[in-house]
Order: sequence, then structure tokens, then C-alpha cells
Amino acid sequence: MPNYTLRVNGRTHTVDVDAATPLLYVLRNDLDLHGPRFGCGLGQCGACTVLIKGEAVRSCIRPISAVAGAEITTLEGLATNGRLHPLQQAWIDEQVPQCGYCQNGQILTAKALLDRTPNPTDAQIRQGMSSTLCRCMTYYRIQAAIKRAAKAIASARTDREVIA
Amino acid sequence: MTTTRRDFIKSSGYLVVGVAAAANTDLLGGLVEAQGAGPYPDPDFRQLDSWIVIRPDNTATFYVGKTDLGQGTGTAFRQIMADELDLAYERTSCVMGSTDVTVDQGGSGGSDALQTDGWPMRRVAAEARRVLLTMASERLNAPVEQLQVANGTISVSSDPSRRVTYGELIGGRKFNVTLRGNNTDATTGVAQVKPVNELKIVGTSPQRYDIPPKVDGSLTWAVDAKVPGMLHARNVRPPFAGATLTSVDESSVRNLPGFVRVVRRGNYLAVVCEREEQAIQAARQLKADWQKPATAPFPSSEDLFRYMRQATPTAAGNPAVVGNPDGAFASAARVVEAEYEVPFQGHASIGPAHAMADPSNDQMTIYSNDMKSYGLRNGVAQFLNIPRDRVRVRWMEGPQAYGRTAADDAGFEAAFLAKELGRPVRVQWSRQEETAWDTKGPAFTVKMRGGLDATGNLVALDFDARAADHNHLGYNEVDTVLIAQLANMRKAAPARGGAATPSEMYAIPHRRTVAHVVGLPLVWETPLRTGNLRDPNGPQVTFASESFIDELAAAAKADPVEFRMRLLTASTTEDSGFKRARSIAVVKAAAEKYGWKPRPYPQARGNGEVLTGRGIAYTYRSQTVVAQIVDVEVNRRTGRVWVKRIVCAHDCGLVINPEALIRTLEGGTLHTLSRALHEEVTFDTEKVTSVDWATYPTLTHADTPESIEVVIVNGDPNPKRPDLPHYGAGETVCKPLIAAVANAIYDATGVRLRRVPFRSARVLAALKAAGV
Repeated sequence: MPNYTLRVNGRTHTVDVDAATPLLYVLRNDLDLHGPRFGCGLGQCGACTVLIKGEAVRSCIRPISAVAGAEITTLEGLATNGRLHPLQQAWIDEQVPQCGYCQNGQILTAKALLDRTPNPTDAQIRQGMSSTLCRCMTYYRIQAAIKRAAKAIASARTDREVIA
Repeated sequence: MTTTRRDFIKSSGYLVVGVAAAANTDLLGGLVEAQGAGPYPDPDFRQLDSWIVIRPDNTATFYVGKTDLGQGTGTAFRQIMADELDLAYERTSCVMGSTDVTVDQGGSGGSDALQTDGWPMRRVAAEARRVLLTMASERLNAPVEQLQVANGTISVSSDPSRRVTYGELIGGRKFNVTLRGNNTDATTGVAQVKPVNELKIVGTSPQRYDIPPKVDGSLTWAVDAKVPGMLHARNVRPPFAGATLTSVDESSVRNLPGFVRVVRRGNYLAVVCEREEQAIQAARQLKADWQKPATAPFPSSEDLFRYMRQATPTAAGNPAVVGNPDGAFASAARVVEAEYEVPFQGHASIGPAHAMADPSNDQMTIYSNDMKSYGLRNGVAQFLNIPRDRVRVRWMEGPQAYGRTAADDAGFEAAFLAKELGRPVRVQWSRQEETAWDTKGPAFTVKMRGGLDATGNLVALDFDARAADHNHLGYNEVDTVLIAQLANMRKAAPARGGAATPSEMYAIPHRRTVAHVVGLPLVWETPLRTGNLRDPNGPQVTFASESFIDELAAAAKADPVEFRMRLLTASTTEDSGFKRARSIAVVKAAAEKYGWKPRPYPQARGNGEVLTGRGIAYTYRSQTVVAQIVDVEVNRRTGRVWVKRIVCAHDCGLVINPEALIRTLEGGTLHTLSRALHEEVTFDTEKVTSVDWATYPTLTHADTPESIEVVIVNGDPNPKRPDLPHYGAGETVCKPLIAAVANAIYDATGVRLRRVPFRSARVLAALKAAGV
């Protein structure tokens, strides 16, 4: 089996797996990451989402050969210097999850959305999140948390500007 | 850092998956270490030490036999037990559902976590407090009556400098206190639980402790369970329901990398490989011949309701008759009739079934998200003919399991394969397998007939239901799981199944209520296995009964809220939980929060593209009562229904954690909105054709209501009574919502939808047929 070198959450790993192996199984089974999760293997639900170059990518249908060398961020890599990302904090403040199984995909899809659209309207949130599924139907709280996080990020930005 | 896979495995070590044993190793020492290797006798519920461990640092861990499916029950257990124990919530932790270290409280189900199982938890915590007070009395040389307790510190009231902590009294040692009670639910010590007005942690909203590790990625879920030498398995399902496996060509996969073995037992077929992606590939590639059954296993989903109406019931219901319904109908001024249909709906868990089983040390340890871990343990012991005390189930967090894991297929399969191979095996179902082969909520047809007198009073009501619920699954009993059925391990007779009847407190003088069970041709090995789906039968039955109440209100030209209030207040008969008074209270509270003003029903139809309307429904489950009012928008061009606003008034007695309760109610409500608008299991006469999220659509972010307003009601006639009970909250909101939506659509359009789900195409067709 060929070797592939991956950059995940700032660390480099080399794995020897078949070229067609979906990234998801390497992250979970070789790198022991628990953030990305198997939901469908079809790219339909979003539970396996990771960030690659700022885009929310479904790792269950992305072969390892297509992501070698790319900078990959999983849920575990979202916090910086031990401080949760504002989205993760908003998820706690809103007490979003029920079972929580899908929330990896919800948080990372929201991250890509806010990076693209820092102050989204309700309609943009609904649209941007619509293909990330939750079976506990925590959508109402997820949307509230995204708005809360957007505010926190904007306010942190303003603070930085004031200091600058 | 550069790591090869092999190096990584070496350096990272495997995950330690047994959280529960680690938690009380410090106290029980040698005992738990011995248990680690097995055998695993049942923790004795009559020993206080089985429930509560107190450490020298004055913290406590509670061991309870329940599981938390994401509603925050673990947090609530800590609250009620910390409150009785008089220890700060932050100084407690909770271990749940692992059969070797927690007493058997049955796991989860029936929304009984607080209603039933909360009581022994409160009583044992109160008993621990009593025992600690006795110990402190000796230590401080003061009678118990002169002692006070705060946050795990006992002091002499007159001289608080004379004090001792729980940790100092018992930390690291056992209570050795024997409890009483004929069963786990009845467990009690000598102490009484506190009256409600002395509870301080109950009624507050500490954040759920399980949420931070769920959002930072640090939690080890059941899907993450991993031990050295673990193999990966995938099942190969019959391509046609009821098919017989005639031959398997192992040579079709033998040369694949990582291939270990093909395992067959009857019609059960699986491949086992070293790596997960290898097992997926092997399952895809394995050549097997299947013979179709001689007769069709079921009608197509299009033909289902006709089939159900014509079928001879497998279990004929006994009509419950009140008064003289025939006479009342004969003399009624007006008789209204309607028939309602609800299709099979699936669990379609966001995470397909999975489990890992480890046969090390001649024991069987199963790592599972099974909501009923105790049943899984018993079932596997029976299935594999292993002594019960050599089987243990470690419960871990998992995907939404609103009844699904009452038949923990993957748990049985993992244990079976681990025994066959003599190595740890992880089983993971595919999406297609899960959506097609999981357990289903039964389809219903319901005929209703109502008689109104000349002044519009409801004098007679007929409810006649048929549920496709023959061979309803049990709780991890062997014959209910798919592998056992496929391997031809069956009971002589299928389970009888059941069909529920409406739950309301309406005073109607003459009634006939009957519910029948019907079966489909294929009874075993069927992808249409019925099981408990978040309130079994309730959403279906209440869709019919509460839609029909509105049909009667419309016929009587009455306002739907006023019509219900008239039926609720026409009697003063009460039950022990004051369900009538509390029903009246929730209907009133919902109407008030919504701002409901009586007006004609349905309202005059609007002219725009989007029609708006409102609808109410009410019901109860056990002692929990709920009323929901929704606003809908119906697009007359596309048929799309959007539920814009939901008001929910809910009375479950004493509330432990209001914020967690509100989110549970929001989730349950939207789960059912998904069933109202989208969910239907489709099948042809050979197989289920709902196999993924495209063929089994559900609610999405785009459907989310603009507002959900929950009103927590305490409608008890004596709301401050010291013994106010805590009732269940997991499922009641799931019952009335479909009817509330249908009633609102009728208000908006004048068109009555009697067939679930209200998908756009079906709504549009109904609007067109009615000339809207």
C-alpha cells in the first residue's frame, strides 16, 4: 500500500493505506480522532465533516489520495491555545446538542459559513446549513448558537481594532 | 512529527474504553480489578455502596442503571442525588448503564428516567446522608438533631467550628449499609426524601456535563471503542426481504487485502477484515446467491393502507365501551366520519448501528450505545449460550436512539462474530442497511366517527384503529434482533404487537374505542420490523384523534380551543395525578401564550400565494400533559408547508432542570415535525426502497420554525405540595404535533389532510383537488 503524508491539526502523519481509502477512516482509525464521525458514507449528512483550506469537506467520500499534503482541521483542532473557538463556546452556552453525534458537522459547517459570511442573515444560515442533518432536530438551537458566535467573533474583532 | 500507521498505533496506545470501572477502582480496589477480568456478577441494588461512592476529597460518584440519550438525564440524576445528599452539584459525577458496575434499572425507555427511576436514586442518596449524619454524631460527639449539613460538611449547629466532611467520614471506605426493597425501583433505606421546598439544586439549570466533550471532540463514543487486535466487520443483507441464502463464493473476496473471514449462519452473512475500508470493499464484492421467497413479503407502500383495511387482524382488540354509543349515534343531530393514515416511519439514526465486542479472558465485553444495556447483556448471554456473569455491556454515548437500540442488532452481531473469530470485532452498519433494516414505527389506519347533538355538543365518539404491528420487537430478547431471526432462532409464536388508543381527558358520554393489530405476510427477517419509535403509537393515534376533534369543532362551528375546554370541563372526575386539572391548565396556558382569540374555523381563505393558519392539539402520556399550538404557512403554488411558530405548554410535575427540559421538548417537537412533514418508509413488493437521506428525507435547517416557545406549567391543584412528583418528559410532546399541524393547514386552506406526511406534492395535490 502506498504512503500518504497528511497535515492534520498542525501535525504531520504518514499512513500506508490504499489510495481509495476515504479520509474519514484514516482520521478515525489511524489517527484516533473522534470528531469526524461516520453517518452515511455518501456525502449526504455531514457527520464526517472536516475543514480543508477553509472549506467544509465530507471526509467520507474524499479519497486519501486526493487530500495528501492538504492542511486538514478536525473538530479537535478548532480550539486555539486551549481556548475553545467561539462557535464551540456558543454551542455550550446555548446547550445545543441532544445526542451530539452530528454536531461535529454542524460546528465545522458553521465555521466555514461564518468565515465566508461573518454576519449571516437567518435565511443565509438556513441555506448554508441545510444539507447538514441532525436527527435530534437541534436546528433551532444550532441557528441561535451560530448567531451568538457571529456576534462574539465580531465583538472580538472590534476589540482588536480598538487595541490596534 | 512524522508517524507511520504502525508507529502511531504503538505510540498512541489504544484507547482506554472502560470509563466506568476506572471511576470506582479507587474505592472498591481489588474487587473491581477482579471484575475487570471477569466474571461480572450483578451489582447488588440492596447495597448502598452499589449506588454511591464518596472519596477522601469530598466528591461523590453516583452509579445508576440508566442511560442518557442526549436529554441530559445524567445531569438530572446528579442534581436529584446531590440535592438529597447535600453535596454541591460540582462535587458529583455520574456513571451510567455499564452492567458490571451499575445496578440494573433497565436502561432507558418509556420516558421513565425521573418518573420511576429517579425515586430510588433520591432515596439512596437520602440514606447516605442519614448514615453520614450518624457517623458524624459519633465523631463530633453531638446528637444528630444538633447537627447541620451544607455541601458535604456536617457541623454542630451551636458551634460550627466542630465539623467534619463526608470525605473525612467515609472517603475511600465502604458504607456497608444494606437497603430494602423487592426490586431496584423499590430500593430504599430508612431516610425519607426531602420535601420539595427543601430542594435547592432541583429546579436550577446546571449546564449538561456531557456537552463540552461533545463539542471539543474529546469524548470517546461507542463508535470509538477500540482494543488491540480488533477486526472490522460488515454485514451483507438479503437483497430481497425474506430471501434465502443459497450459496456464498468466498473466493470472490479471499484475495482482497486484509481479508480475514466470511461468516455465515443461516441467512446471516458478514465479512471480517483487518481494516474498516477493507471490510466495506469485501462486503460490496462478496458474491452470494439468494433465492427470492415464493410469495411477496409485503404489499408496496402505495398499496399499504388498502392491504391493512382488508387484512384479518392478528390480534383483535377488545372494544372499550362507555355508555350506549349505538343509541347515541342513532339519536345524534349530526354524525361526522373520517379516516386517517400514517405510514411506517423509521428511526433512521444519524449514526448507523455499531458495537464492538471483546472475547478476551473467556468473557464477553460489549462496548455499545445500547439504551437498554442490561437487556443486551441478557440477550447476548442467551444467544451465544454464555453464562450471564461472563457477559458485560459497557454503555457509551452514541447517536440518537429513541427506541432503536431496544433491539441492539449490532451488539448481538459483534458478540457473535467475536466469539466465532476469538478476537475483538467491531461491527458497523452502512447507511443503506440502517435506513432499510432498522426498526420502524408501525403504520396506522384510524376510522373515527363522532355524534353531535343539536347544540353542537359531542355526545358519542368511535375510535377504530389498525396498526401494522404484528411481531413488535421486545427489549433485546433474542428473537427480536435481526441476526437471530436470520439465523433462524425464533420463538414459536410472534409477539402479539399492540395498538394504542387516544390519551385525553375529554368527558364524552358515549364511546367505543377499539384497536386491532394486523400483520404483513413476512413476519420474520423483515425490514419492516416494528419497534418503539419515540412514543410508540402516540403520534399516529393522536394525529387521528386530535385532528378529528377539530373536524368536530368545525362541524359544530365552535372554536377549537373553546371546544376542547368544554370537553375537559364537562366532568370533574380526577385521577391521582390530577390529570384533568392539569390538562385544563396546559390548554389554557398554551392559548394564553399564543394569544389565541376565538374566530371562525377555518378562517376565510386568503388571496395571496402563502396562506396562513393556526392549529392546536393536546394529549397526555402517563402523567405528563401537553398542549401545542402552531402557526403554519402553506404555499399554494408549491404545496410547501412551513411551521413558523410553535407554542408548547407542558406539565411534567416537578422540573429538575428547566433549561435541559426546554431543549428536550424542542427536540422532541421538531423530531415529530419531521415525521409530520417528511418521513415515510417506502417499499416495493420485494424490499424497502428508503435507503438513505435522499430516499428518506427528514426535517432540515431550512424547515426550522422561526420561534419555539415552551411554557413550563405546574397545574397541580396544590402546586407547592411537598411531594410534587417528577414525571417523564422525553416523549409526550411527540404525540400531538402532527395533529396541530394538520389543524393549522385546515385553518389556512380549508383542506383537511388525513394522510401523513404532508410533503409538498401531496399537499399541492390536495389543494388542487379542492380548487384552492
